[in-house]
Parts: sequence; structure tokens; C-alpha cells
Amino acid sequence: MTALVIRGGHLIDPAAGVDGLKDILLKDGRVAEIASPGKLKLANGAQVLDATGLTVAPGLVDIHVHLREPGQGYKETIATGTAAAAAGGFTSVAAMPNTIPVNDSAEITRWMQAPERGAAIRVFPIGAATRGSKGEALNDYAALKSAGVVAVTDDGHPILKDGIMRETLAAAARVGLTVIQHAEDTRLTQGSSMNAGPVAFKLGLRGMPTEAESGLVERDIRLVTELRDARVHLHVAHTSTAAALAAVRQARRSGLRVTCEVAPHHFLLTEEHVGYYNTNAKMNPPLRSAVDRNAMIEAILDGVVDAIATDHAPHALHEKEVEFENAPNGITGLETALGLSLRWLNREWKMPMGRVLSLLSAQPAALLGLKGRGTLAVGSFADVVVFDPRAEWVYNARNTRSKARNTPFDGWTMQGKVRWTISEGKIAYANPA
Amino acid sequence: MNLTATPVRRQIHPPPAPASPFPYNPGSLLSAGDLTLDGISHILARATALENHDPLVRDRILAKRRVALLFYESSTRTRTSFELAAKGLGVDTTLVSSLSSSIEKGETLKDTGLTLRALGAEAIILRHNSSGAPWLLEEATRLPVLNAGDGMHEHPTQALLDLRTILTHLRPGVETVTAETLAGVTVTIAGDILHSRVARSNMFLLPRLGARVLLCGPKELLPDLAGQAGPNIVIERDFNAAIEQSQAVMMLRIQAERLAGLQLDLEQYKAMYQLSGQRLAAHAPTAIVMHPGPIIRGLEITAGVADGPQSVILEQVKNGVAIRMAVVERALTAGLGGRA
Repeated sequence: MTALVIRGGHLIDPAAGVDGLKDILLKDGRVAEIASPGKLKLANGAQVLDATGLTVAPGLVDIHVHLREPGQGYKETIATGTAAAAAGGFTSVAAMPNTIPVNDSAEITRWMQAPERGAAIRVFPIGAATRGSKGEALNDYAALKSAGVVAVTDDGHPILKDGIMRETLAAAARVGLTVIQHAEDTRLTQGSSMNAGPVAFKLGLRGMPTEAESGLVERDIRLVTELRDARVHLHVAHTSTAAALAAVRQARRSGLRVTCEVAPHHFLLTEEHVGYYNTNAKMNPPLRSAVDRNAMIEAILDGVVDAIATDHAPHALHEKEVEFENAPNGITGLETALGLSLRWLNREWKMPMGRVLSLLSAQPAALLGLKGRGTLAVGSFADVVVFDPRAEWVYNARNTRSKARNTPFDGWTMQGKVRWTISEGKIAYANPA
Repeated sequence: MNLTATPVRRQIHPPPAPASPFPYNPGSLLSAGDLTLDGISHILARATALENHDPLVRDRILAKRRVALLFYESSTRTRTSFELAAKGLGVDTTLVSSLSSSIEKGETLKDTGLTLRALGAEAIILRHNSSGAPWLLEEATRLPVLNAGDGMHEHPTQALLDLRTILTHLRPGVETVTAETLAGVTVTIAGDILHSRVARSNMFLLPRLGARVLLCGPKELLPDLAGQAGPNIVIERDFNAAIEQSQAVMMLRIQAERLAGLQLDLEQYKAMYQLSGQRLAAHAPTAIVMHPGPIIRGLEITAGVADGPQSVILEQVKNGVAIRMAVVERALTAGLGGRA
């Protein structure tokens, strides 16, 4: 029996409606008891963490990461990616299926979750929607689900054919899986490497129009509408355009089960941050205009956005040290999401701490139906992040636990320093002051 | 920042974009927009001085210094004039082109640049098919990098030689430029603006001296947002109306190699945008006619106009050598007491 006590901290658990000084007892990987300060009966031999002056919250949940295994261990492994996640306060991550081979089978799903992978925190695989993510034949969703898959998507290879997407939505709904769409009409983005607009024109780069995203979101919502099945759940990944958000907003008003996530880089940065061809500002969807970025901020503050997700996409240094057009898309994000969200959403833009934490834990967990995650109610998994909300620090990508350091946030000031990350009762990351 | 963006309702100040760290080397010429007016004046003055120098003395100015020409795309004018310019100053040049080097074997631009530096190159003149490649090369090597054309992006020495040509005809004798030097001057750039690095460099350079730039071409080759590229840049799709207002008309070729599947009706294009003798006589009988080359005779410009009395196309080529001498000299002397 392993027991861990977190004492003297300020517990913020939005899902349970708790916001106050509490002591917490974690036992056997679960939350055993929550009590007013000093009221816990201390079990013999329990390890005690002094959280005086610190915030204690449900471990963070990132529903959009690329861990690169199997197949691209030189970019990241499940061990290094989850170590970075733990350092960033995350206790659950949902791993995208664009591995090599594509995760379209129960075997790969189980392989990713095997103890030999050395994951520091819980990994929830997302399965490919179609065989090989080729957009043609649907995978066996029931088999994927029983192997542990929490959603299906063809992520970087969006499903363009209406018929296949309709079938995907219907089949996933039958087994209770969410369909995540990377909304990009790739017919409009061939050969493009940043947002279409005056900046791309000035840099002599071909641009991806915002319609490539919003058009596909609108198409998907139309399909959800036509299916008339309350079990259908469409989740729009890394929303980056005002028009796509407007479509999601409208769909929700119509009572459809359509959710969306926004990445920190899309609510903080614009196409101007590409500067002179900074490949660490190249990702897909690309950094957009200030109008779109401001729409992300608005939608987060207004509650239209369901989750902050990083789209953590590690690449080897040499892969990013090439011509902008030839560089792969993606940036890392697991170690910076909390610090950026607290710095900007909470401190600068005055979003209540509980709501910020909810977007990083309770809401994404609920969105993918991760039971016992995203809350510290008694009986939940002992997934906890303890951080100093007042600590300001500067992110140094060189010190990352990820294998990769392709981030535009190197040198940025962060708010809130993670002291402990506890995954199912075990300390996955410790950095006591 | 895009100042026309709708502000967020609440009092919200998002993080600003960071200042550019480029150029790392004061001798670099990456973008025409990087040059100060003093810097432009200095290059123009040195171009004239070097051009008038006794060649037997001139080739001692930078004797035995080493410059590499790194060319990932074919080139006649730019490569030859850079080479003649460098050699005219006594510089040892070496040419590396993508088809006869380790680039063919998959060597990256970074590694090629570091190799050239290790071989003793003190500056690199780069022509590359990818927009932004000179920035990558400069960051990797920290050497002076002269952008000899990057993808669809920029060709700053072309803009400088175009400026020298324009000044010769419209502001003779002027070498020290100010923000008003070209006040009252309108320059039409016509044709395939979208794919043109010459157009972009001129758009970033000429308005800073007070010129108005009119862009003319069909939507496929000139998107509306080009009008937002900077101050004093205006789209005028009516070619006759554009050249009627202009003292200089710069024609561009359609860049077939960059059309990426775009289909154009060439007969219709010629009807609307070809600079013919008749059109020139009717709408711009005194304007100078420019073209960065290569010319596709009979498409964007007729042979009669290209060879006619208003054409300054070969003057542009000649000015290229003078401007590139000044730019090579600047590359090898900037930061060493030489004026940037």
C-alpha cells in the first residue's frame, strides 16, 4: 500500500467545485480522502509533500500529442514525450495515430501502452479512422476501442470524401468513440507552408487559405446534422480560424455534439511570428492573422472552446534546419502549455484560474470520456499537478525532457512552476523549490 | 502587426512578434528592405566610383579575397555580373552549382555553407529556389550573404540596379537618396507579380524613396492582397491606365517554372498585358521600358519595344556589374571600418 499526502496546498478542482485549502490523501493510485488542513488521519509511512503556498490541481490532460512511436524514435519516444508531459504538469496524453506504421490496429494500440515503453504518465492512443489513414476503408472501431483507443482520426490526412467521413462519424458513434478531424481541405493547401495573406505574399511563400479549414469544418458539421444521431461526436482539432470557430459556435447552438480545441500557439501567435522563415513557427494549421488569433482568445474567454491542446509535434533539429518550405510542420508544446496559459489567459487576460485549469484538465478529460481523470474527487485517479502559481520563469528549450526543441517559445516568460506531477499516485516529476 | 485587425473586445494585449535578429552580419544583403537610405546612397556612390576606377588599380582593392557563388538555379545575368564584379575587384571567386556538387547527393544548405566557410569563403552569393534560403544560410554561417534571388521572394541587387537605372534617366546626377528623391515618380510593374522576386524587392525599395508603385496583371498572377505589401503600392489592373501614369514601366516574364499547374490563356494575356509598340506610343511615349530578363520576346514584350528607343534593358544589365561591385565590396569591408 503506497500512500502520499499533499499537505497545505490550495486545491482547485473545477469539476468538483472545490477551491480552497485542503489536504489530500492519495492511496493505491486513487484519491482516498480530501480534508480541511490538518484534519487528515496520517497513515504510517505515508510520504508527505508540503504544498504550502502552492496550487494543487487535477493532473493536466492533453488530448492532442504526437509521441512518434512506433517508427520515429529519433524525434521522440513515448518515454521522452511523456517525461516532457510530466514536466509540464500533464498526467494524461492522447497520442495521435500518425506513427510509422499508422496506428490502425489493436496490436499497435497495445504496444504503445505496454510497460516496456517506459511512459511516465498515462498514454491514451487515438486510432486511425481509416486503414493506413488513407481515407478509403474504415478500421474496426470496436476492436480499437477494446484495445484502449479513446477516439479516431486521420489527423494530418483529413478525410475529404463526404461518404467516408459520414461512415466514420456513424460507425464511431455506434461504439461510442469521438471522431477528431484535422480540418484542412488539402486540395486548397498543396505546396503551401504558411497562412495565406499579405505576410505570405511578402515572404514569397504559398499560403493556406482560412477556407481550407473552415470549409471542412462546415462540411463535417453538415454531415453531423444529416446523421441525426445524438451519439455522433465530432471534435475539431487545433482550431485556428475565426470562421471555423463560428461554425462550431453555430453547431453548438443547434444542439449538435461538436467540440473544439485550441493550441497555445494559435491563441498567442500570429503569422507575423514567422519572422524571416523561422521554421519553429511552422506548423499545420499555420499561425494565422491577428483577426483569427484574437478570435481564438475571444472564444476561449467566452467558453466556446472546450480544451487547450498542444499538438506537441517534436522533430529532430536537423529536420527543422532547412529551407522553410522543406521543413516539417509542428512544434513542441507539453512543457509550455501551463506556463503560457497561466501567464496569458489568467494573469494578463484575467480568466479565472479554475477556468484555465478546467480547459487543461476537466474539459478535455470529459470530452474524450476519460473516466476518473481531470478531477480529484474521492475515488478518482491520483493524477495531480502541484505548482507554484506565483513563480515566473523563463523557458529554456535546451533543458527540455523531450528529444526535440522545436518551439517558438524558447526564452519566453512563463507563469506558474510545476513542483510535482503525480501520475496514479506515483511522482512522475519533481522539482521542489 | 496588422493594425487593421479588429481589436479584442476586452482590454487584451497579445504578445508582440519579436524583432528580427537579421542580418547577423553587417555585410549581408538579404532584403532590399534592410537597407537604410544612407546604405542605399553609399552603394550607389560606390557603384559609380568603382565603375569609373582604373581597372588595373581596381583589381587590387580586394585582391585575393575569397567569395563563393552558390547557385541552386540557373542564371545568366546575375551570376555573370556578380562574377565579373567580384573579379573586377581582385576577388577570387568559386562557383558551386547544384548540378555539379554534393548538393546533388543530398547535402543540406547549412552543410554546404559551412563547407564553403571552412574552405575560406569570406562571403557567399546565393541564388536559391526556396524563398528564405539566404536567411537560413546567414544564420548557419554568420558570413556576409548576398541574396542573388531566393524563390519567389527577393532579388535585392536587381532592385538596386533598377534604382540606378531609374535615377540615371529620371534624376540624373543624383546619388545621395532621401525619402523624397523619387517623389512624383510612378513606376508600373506589370506581369507575373506573384512569382516575382524582382517585383517584391522593387516594391520594398522604391516607395521608400518616394516613388509610387503600380502593380498590374491578372488576378492569378497578382492577388489583391499584393496591394497590402507596403505603403505607396497600388494595384491598377488596367494596363493602359497604369502606364499612362508612369515614367518607368517594368515588364516581367511569366514564370512558367513556378506556375504550379496554373493554366493561363496566353493570347488573352498578350491582349491585355503585352507591351507593344502601339500601346507604348499611345499611352506612355516617354516612359523608360525596363525588364529584369530573361525576356520572352513576343509574350510580355514585343521585340520592337525591347529593342526600341525607350528600352533601357541592356543598361540595367550593365548597371548590374557596377551595383554588384559595390555590394561585394560592402560585404567584405562592412564591420571593418567600412560604412555599412
